[in-house]
Amino acid sequence: MSTTLTINGTNHTIDAPGDTPLLWVLRDELGMTGTKYGCGVASCGACTVHIDGEAVRSCQIALSDVWGAVTTIEGLAPHALQEAWIRHQVPQCGYCQSGQIMQAAALLAENPDPTDDDIDAAMAGNLCRCGTYSRIRAAIHDAAATLREGTQ
Amino acid sequence: MSTLGKITRRAFLVGSVAVAGGVAFGVYQVTKAVPNPLHPEDGTALNPFLIIDASGVTIVTGRAEMGQGAQVTLAACLAEELDVDWESVRLLHGPASAAYYNGALLEGALPGPDYARPDWQRSIAETMGVVARPLKLQFTGGSTSIRDGYNRLRQVGASAREVLKAAAADRLGVAAATLRTESGAVIAPDGTRLPYADLAEAAARLDPPQVDPRPASEWRLLGTALPRPDIPAKVNGTAQFGIDTRLPGMKFASVKRSPRLGGTMQGFDPAPALAIPGVERVIDIGDGVAVVARNTWAAIQGAQAVTCDWGPAPYPADDAGITERLLAAFDGSADSTMRDDGDADSANGETVIEAEYRLPYLAHATMEPMNATALFDGNTLELWSPNQGPFIQARAAAEAAGIDAADVTVHTAFLGGGFGRRIEADYAAIAARVARAMPGTPVNVTWSREEDMTHDFYRPAAIARMKGAVSNGQAVLFDARIASPALMGPAGSRMTGLPMAGPDRSIVEGGFDQPYAIPNYRVRGYKADLAVPVGFWRSVGSSHNGFSHESFIDELAHAAGQDPLAFRLVLARGESAAAAGVLEAVRDMSGWDRPKAPGTGRGVAMVWSFGTPVAQVIEVRDEGGAIRVARAWIAADVGIPLDPGILAAQMEGGMLYGLSAAIHGRISFADGRVQQQNFPDYDALRISGAPVTEVRLLSNNPHIGGAGEPGTPPAAPALTNALFDLTGVRARELPLERQFTFVL
Repeated sequence: MSTTLTINGTNHTIDAPGDTPLLWVLRDELGMTGTKYGCGVASCGACTVHIDGEAVRSCQIALSDVWGAVTTIEGLAPHALQEAWIRHQVPQCGYCQSGQIMQAAALLAENPDPTDDDIDAAMAGNLCRCGTYSRIRAAIHDAAATLREGTQ
Repeated sequence: MSTLGKITRRAFLVGSVAVAGGVAFGVYQVTKAVPNPLHPEDGTALNPFLIIDASGVTIVTGRAEMGQGAQVTLAACLAEELDVDWESVRLLHGPASAAYYNGALLEGALPGPDYARPDWQRSIAETMGVVARPLKLQFTGGSTSIRDGYNRLRQVGASAREVLKAAAADRLGVAAATLRTESGAVIAPDGTRLPYADLAEAAARLDPPQVDPRPASEWRLLGTALPRPDIPAKVNGTAQFGIDTRLPGMKFASVKRSPRLGGTMQGFDPAPALAIPGVERVIDIGDGVAVVARNTWAAIQGAQAVTCDWGPAPYPADDAGITERLLAAFDGSADSTMRDDGDADSANGETVIEAEYRLPYLAHATMEPMNATALFDGNTLELWSPNQGPFIQARAAAEAAGIDAADVTVHTAFLGGGFGRRIEADYAAIAARVARAMPGTPVNVTWSREEDMTHDFYRPAAIARMKGAVSNGQAVLFDARIASPALMGPAGSRMTGLPMAGPDRSIVEGGFDQPYAIPNYRVRGYKADLAVPVGFWRSVGSSHNGFSHESFIDELAHAAGQDPLAFRLVLARGESAAAAGVLEAVRDMSGWDRPKAPGTGRGVAMVWSFGTPVAQVIEVRDEGGAIRVARAWIAADVGIPLDPGILAAQMEGGMLYGLSAAIHGRISFADGRVQQQNFPDYDALRISGAPVTEVRLLSNNPHIGGAGEPGTPPAAPALTNALFDLTGVRARELPLERQFTFVL
């Protein structure tokens, strides 16, 4: 059975079983490796993508259940968050950062001026073992300010 | 893999291999040139560290990028001398080659504490370090990369600069002394600009001169926080980690191995796996099975479905039995007595105290699960692997595939975290075994998180028994006994294939080697008989000894009626100005001597590890019965802060790694099986529970110190000392979530 998905604005036809998680469709069936596998149980956030703008854990969404247009880290650019991530030199190993950025992008789309508590609430599901949290926080505030200036 | 081919195409390489290691060392047998490992498709001459082409320079290091940024600072050392614009510098991990030997590795094996090591002993260590080359110790670990490469990469850069000037002098018919270099070009007296790329081919035919690196006063790059060249690819999804390896015709596989570590598989039934759509094959890999499928998901499902009959574990089946073995070690004779100042047996004081500390096994839990990709063509094996030691990988893969190590080519991708886990090569051996069973087909073998968590080389469990005494407000006795399984011996043999003997330093490091002047000071190690696989976990023995040692120093301070920070300062001042300096810095940064806000507690700890003293003050706050780890102040002294941005990140990250373990980390056993499976039961600090942190870098240390690990050991004791300050409860067992409630 084949399924058609819109990913980063392009239609893809996938013939994998319908219960295959979106994460593995992206990584292994389509070769889009920017979205990462960390836990497979929605507890680390490394696989975060957007479906119709909402941040979701792609390891938990079956191919047959994808309800809208998918955006991955490969389709996000250019985003103010990515520039801020570079300015603040956020990543260390970098493995979790696709998910961190996708989660932060969904936060800023909803909340253009998040407080530290807002950031904690939105980002606590995204694990980073290198310990880049303080730079993530600074970069989110910075990108939010950039985006607010751009819309004024 | 192809990266090296792409970059070296149309590239010219500068200098000869002689500059790589021959500069500092005089012994021919160990310093003779090794073959240059770089094989450009169109290049004419070779140097293991530097490739120049029209679009800039590529600086090749033999060190892994696992987040710690060593490639960046090593490249900056070379670029500083070469006079190239930082923006034009690209980074590349070199192939497995003796040219990238780690000469600093053996320094840590010398007797005695690092802080007290005399210069003559360091110079012997440096000479000894060259032995690492024939031993093929290309190794990213032990916080050694910069200690090893600081001089070497600057010498290579200076030599390359001078040979480019010599080539320009020949071309222009002027004396080299009239030329200068700037932004990737040699500049003639009349202002004519000759780009390095135009000179590289000619320069490669000349003998590179050996020149001294520039004094620090002339540095433009070193000493500043440089933008890391690896970061743009890490924010747009294009960075290639090992798990991202994709090759034409590639299959995906996953594994299921004996949950009783080191145990056997007595039989298995592949049928349930083969019934899963997408599963193609089940392969016997000895202590378990690999399931090959169209994608990793199907492979993981298949691996879970295979029914296996497992043999018993070669260690006690549960925590109680393991603790018994640890305690039994104290009944035997000491494995080591690495510190024995004064007379600990007859020392006495006004107040004598004793305490016992217990620490569990810990998993590394890198964000990227273990994986490797292999292709066997019938004779040779190609391996794509995120790893900290390419030769170790090659040896293990060769043994698994039944071929010579020389017939294995290792490509090192980005590592999604290392922390010591990827010094091991078990995952490479498994990939090789699977590839051997399917010649001509590349296979990416990725472990599930659950397999990763339950098949680690764990940080050893440890029990420390302390006895101490104070008189007149001063420590007069510190007598430590530490029981823990052997680590260095088994790991060393695993990695080099050579037998390792002698006392196990990892059992006592972080305890025996601390810069405190205590008149009667003894540290003894006791080897516990436990076959649970153990390995190098960020900061190794200092991770548990830092906790027990610095907790007991705190207990002694309170027994003496002294301020814990002032008490440490008195002990440190007599031994090391650098150690005293980091304590004074965190005292000032944290406002230690000012009154605390109500409902807050503060703790301090200082540990000297991997050449670097690090002090931390942690402030905890009572938020309605739950404790928030609110703030942290870190002072570290690596001697010369070559990249303050990277160093600050390592210090903060190292501390958070230690805090995560202190609060959550515990690997426990039942039925011979590791109980923790995934992040829900082996969690780490989240952004919401991480303290607001300030880092200060000092320069009193007379030697370059390591950076990746020294931030970890003080974290747990600084936190428990703060908890004692807040609650009056002394935590002597980790993890803390079993005893306290935290805001996370």
